[in-house]
Amino acid sequence: MSDHALVRLEGVTKGFVKGQESIAIFKALDLAIPTGDFVAVMGPSGSGKTTLLNLLGGIDHVDAGAITVAGQRIDGLSENALARYRAANVGFVFQFYNLMPMLTAAQNVELPLLLTPLKKAQRRTHVETALAVVGLADRAKHYPREMSGGQQQRVAIARAIVSDPKILLCDEPTGDLDRATADEILGVLQTLNRELGKTIVMVTHDPAAARYAKRTLHLDKGQFFEKDLAA
Amino acid sequence: MNDFVLVFKNLFRRKLRAGLMIFSIFIAFAIFGVLASFERAFNAGQELAAADRLVTVNKINFTQPLPYSYYGRIAGMEGVKRVTFANWFGGYYQDPKQFLITFAVEPRSYMDVMAEEFDIAPDAQAAFVRTRTAALVGETVANKYGWKVGDRVPLSSSIFSQKNGARSWDFDVVGIIKPKKPLIDTNFVLFQYEYFNETRSFAKDTIGWLVLQTTSPAINDKVIKTIDETFANSPFETATDTEKAFNKAFMAQLGNIALIVTLVVGAAFVTILMIVGNTMMMAIRERSREIAVLKALGFPGGRVLRLVLGETLLLALIGGLAGLGAAALVTTAMRESLANFVPGLALNAQIVVLALALMVALGLATGLMPAVNALRLKVAAGLGRG
Repeated sequence: MSDHALVRLEGVTKGFVKGQESIAIFKALDLAIPTGDFVAVMGPSGSGKTTLLNLLGGIDHVDAGAITVAGQRIDGLSENALARYRAANVGFVFQFYNLMPMLTAAQNVELPLLLTPLKKAQRRTHVETALAVVGLADRAKHYPREMSGGQQQRVAIARAIVSDPKILLCDEPTGDLDRATADEILGVLQTLNRELGKTIVMVTHDPAAARYAKRTLHLDKGQFFEKDLAA
Repeated sequence: MNDFVLVFKNLFRRKLRAGLMIFSIFIAFAIFGVLASFERAFNAGQELAAADRLVTVNKINFTQPLPYSYYGRIAGMEGVKRVTFANWFGGYYQDPKQFLITFAVEPRSYMDVMAEEFDIAPDAQAAFVRTRTAALVGETVANKYGWKVGDRVPLSSSIFSQKNGARSWDFDVVGIIKPKKPLIDTNFVLFQYEYFNETRSFAKDTIGWLVLQTTSPAINDKVIKTIDETFANSPFETATDTEKAFNKAFMAQLGNIALIVTLVVGAAFVTILMIVGNTMMMAIRERSREIAVLKALGFPGGRVLRLVLGETLLLALIGGLAGLGAAALVTTAMRESLANFVPGLALNAQIVVLALALMVALGLATGLMPAVNALRLKVAAGLGRG
């Protein structure tokens, strides 16, 4: 395990109760993700891929163990402290984009900046930059309904990076897109990783998508197995 | 963009639904504004009643006369500072539909007793005492009919007639009565009792009621007792009360206006509370995923709660202010035509402040439950990932 890991999971245990049965998802799971990594997480349904993202994003709690992100222990934080953690450190990209339908692309991207002390003009500059990075500078005033699925996902990526988070958590970001559009989106994520040094954890079922990552972790029966998909 | 834009855009994302909710709030506050204005106008007499003034009427009811001699007898009683009297004329101008509140009064004593309420120029006061056919016209009436000092106006009575059979008396306008306080109504005409009493064909030497000032409000009860005991077991027994109690009893004959206002407005508010509250609950439930996204982006629970409450507050304020505006228009439009029955009908600052407080209460009450639900929403569950 790297000593300079941006993300570190140590002995993480997580399960849930279904009826009268306790089902373990992770048992003493360890993981280290260094800064600038692009990790694809694959695995069968129910293997805990999304639960892993929830834990890293501070929207679910571990049963035992420790999670450290950017030097901060996030397990055991209060809801408000977790909200502050997410605002400062995490960018989410969801499968179904999850844009606000009543807001324009620029307003959707601006949302995370409402949590910062930035002035209106500064926020506008950040939004324009983020939209330019994902190639949608000319769509700033368009509403989600006026855009294709691929464009909406780009807006979602712009929203995820606009506040310059330390880590991007992507949950099946191309699961709702055709191959060509999925490749465009994965290209954007790869650019963010390679050129801007963004650390990305991406959950996917798609081996083709996983190839855009620097490495792929296969999650099964509560443990990781590193795989080389190119091989 | 800021939180207000977010609240506004969320509220109007379904325009028809927002419009219908605003319309129902609009109706509630329009009803509240109009009814509260009526209630306030009806009760203005109680608010303006002087603490040291008593009213003596016939014990049977206030439409029955009292002997003129009571005026002198009450004036001589201990604790009575001043006394005057008035007689209902049942007047109208030109057409019985143009009803006028008209009293025959003893000029000097009436102006003395009502000195705190009415502003009458000194030369007009002197002319009113001096001129047998003089009339003092309230500012509202003068403005309505364009009367001015020096005009001679014929007023008819639906009750009395002259000895020669005529139902009309000619009066010389010698002054205009202006109010000294904001709520005081001047929609009436005064003329000399002596002129009226000499010329009328029946009920001579009777008066309608007496208004008296005591030397101190502390002795009101004693004076009331003295007056009513003095005339007990006579053909004209009296019922004396404070002016406030008299005005209240008079208005009570029209029904309990305050209760009517409370019941109607209360029913409207409870209905709207349920409609808006239920609709907002559904609206927030529909938006669980979006609320979860906001939280995932780092919006703290308190801020999400404020955003939801902001929606219901904005809804209540838009509908409420529009309703209050409509109520102001309605009361203004009705003010002149109802001046004889409900003088001083207006939506005043007190009603506006109360309405604003109700809007905030409505906004908070309808938003509380959905806001708490939004606050409690687990992000993972809201995103369908839990």
